[in-house]
Amino acid sequence: MKKLGNQTIMLNNPPYILETSSIVGPKEAGGPLAKYFDQCLEDEFWGEKTWEKAESKIIKENVNSVVAKSGIPATDIDYCFAGDLLNQCISSSFGLRETNIPFFGIFGACSTFVEGMCLGSLFIDGGAAKNVLCATSSHFCSAEKQFRFPLELGNQRPPSAQWTVTGSGAAILSNTNLDKKCPQITYVTPGKIVDMGVKDANNMGAAMAPAALDTLITHLRDTGRKPSYYDAIITGDLGYIGKEILTEMAETKGYNIKNNYNDCGVLIFDKETQDTHSGGSGCGCVGSVFSGYFYQMLKEKKINRLLLIATGALMNSTSSQQGESIPGIAHAVAIENLEK
Amino acid sequence: MDFLQSIDWMQLLRCFVVGGLICIIGQVLIDKTKLTSARILVIFVTTGVILGALGIYQYLIDFAGCGATVPLLGFGANLAKGAITEAQTSGLLGAFIGGVKASAGGIAAAIFFGYIASLIAKPKIKKQ
Amino acid sequence: MKDIETKQEYLDYVDKKSPNSPILKNCFNAFWVGGLICSIGQIIFDFCKYKGLEDTACSTIVSITLIGVAALLTALNIFNKIGKFAGAGSLVPITGFANSIVSPAIEYKSEGYVMGVGGKMFTVAGPVLVFGISTSVIVGIIAIFFI
Repeated sequence: MKKLGNQTIMLNNPPYILETSSIVGPKEAGGPLAKYFDQCLEDEFWGEKTWEKAESKIIKENVNSVVAKSGIPATDIDYCFAGDLLNQCISSSFGLRETNIPFFGIFGACSTFVEGMCLGSLFIDGGAAKNVLCATSSHFCSAEKQFRFPLELGNQRPPSAQWTVTGSGAAILSNTNLDKKCPQITYVTPGKIVDMGVKDANNMGAAMAPAALDTLITHLRDTGRKPSYYDAIITGDLGYIGKEILTEMAETKGYNIKNNYNDCGVLIFDKETQDTHSGGSGCGCVGSVFSGYFYQMLKEKKINRLLLIATGALMNSTSSQQGESIPGIAHAVAIENLEK
Repeated sequence: MDFLQSIDWMQLLRCFVVGGLICIIGQVLIDKTKLTSARILVIFVTTGVILGALGIYQYLIDFAGCGATVPLLGFGANLAKGAITEAQTSGLLGAFIGGVKASAGGIAAAIFFGYIASLIAKPKIKKQ
Repeated sequence: MKDIETKQEYLDYVDKKSPNSPILKNCFNAFWVGGLICSIGQIIFDFCKYKGLEDTACSTIVSITLIGVAALLTALNIFNKIGKFAGAGSLVPITGFANSIVSPAIEYKSEGYVMGVGGKMFTVAGPVLVFGISTSVIVGIIAIFFI
């Protein structure tokens, strides 16, 4: 591997994304991408007693599913990178405690999935691992409980608020593709923390958009690519407001992304019928939309060059209450079909 | 049927309008200031205590009845009224006892029903 | 659009980009739901009065009844729908106070009855009691000296 420019890493032996799997909750199952997900749940508890247990079960079952789909035995997976939104990442560590895979718990808020993919591909390209598992989850109810208010509280959500996705995404990265013609991760661009002073926890898209812009522009500068090189540039969960901000700000910086840019938070719900205001958010948003929808598009060669930029808001309820602004982060991976 | 005939409809209308207007103040606060609901409740109760202490709120209660007592401003005003009345009869001790004593019914009811509700109910997702 | 350099410029830009709440519609809903809740209270009050109870007893019965109904609707997962529709209309009357005590009690049941239900019950409504009661004590003390 080799460092390019400020913060991008070019991978000499681009790791394959061997398999992905996604599980989503009932609301996501009612959205426009429903048919792309591996499993849609009928209720948010999924037979468990608490939201937290339900979220652990979602990530656990999704990891089981991706391992089963990949056809490689779990014992051949060298490392796992996983994280979520709950305090101390308990859904991932509790959900994966029985996997017997060496475990790196990571936190990048909603950018966790791509953070895991960045680290996993470096492990593989560096020769430290043959197969790496990346997984993440989020749950609307556990997130509301931890970050906002009890579900039964009769309050109104402002129009800029986003809806935390109940769901999980998981991917297996590998140094071989088992002749499956899998897409490969060619570049990773880890992001910087960018804080433009937004304090409104009900406007996450606006808080994270500057970080996405920074990572996007840095990636393009470092690699010398133009936005039009990519068939699709996809952000994690900027939602409608963040998407518009990113599009406009990129344009003023001289990058036109109008034609090939979209956002997972915008894609996952139908704004008109599902009343999700500014769109979806949460680790599970980019996780499930990439693992479900975009991975299939890549496999079917409908998209051959994808820049996936997962965004995260690095805050918690204590920092909000102490009046802190919301630092944003965005990690990017370039995913390409190199074998025609 | 005697009860229905005894209802003062003008009084009920005043109650409806005043109660509704107080809620509009709350709605403007929510939409314009991005305050959370806990802060809105605190603002209303504290304002109620102060308006009650200054004797202003009693006019509104006389005018609108439950339109003034049911909103949290009334809860606050009731705390103030209780504290002042009790303080005048039994001094410093009354200042401590009076407010809560006057609102004890409501507070106890909220705690008790909260406990009972937690026994029977399970959290559910908002459908929207 | 010009280039954004400072945080303040960005915040102004975000303000412009973020949709406002539909305040007229919200206020209208808050008005009639809030007014309706108060009117229901008034009818209960009049009924108690009709039965020959004193004013203070009537007021307390109104509070307890409305709190009880709000608690029941919260437990039945109905209150949050009313709250979403009516906003301050169901928050500002005593029903909002009841909902803010009952909703965490239900939500935190999973953390046990003592620290979950008992401890977290006041996460939203606790401040109301703290500031309401503290102010009333101050008012009472002032009353001793000045009235």
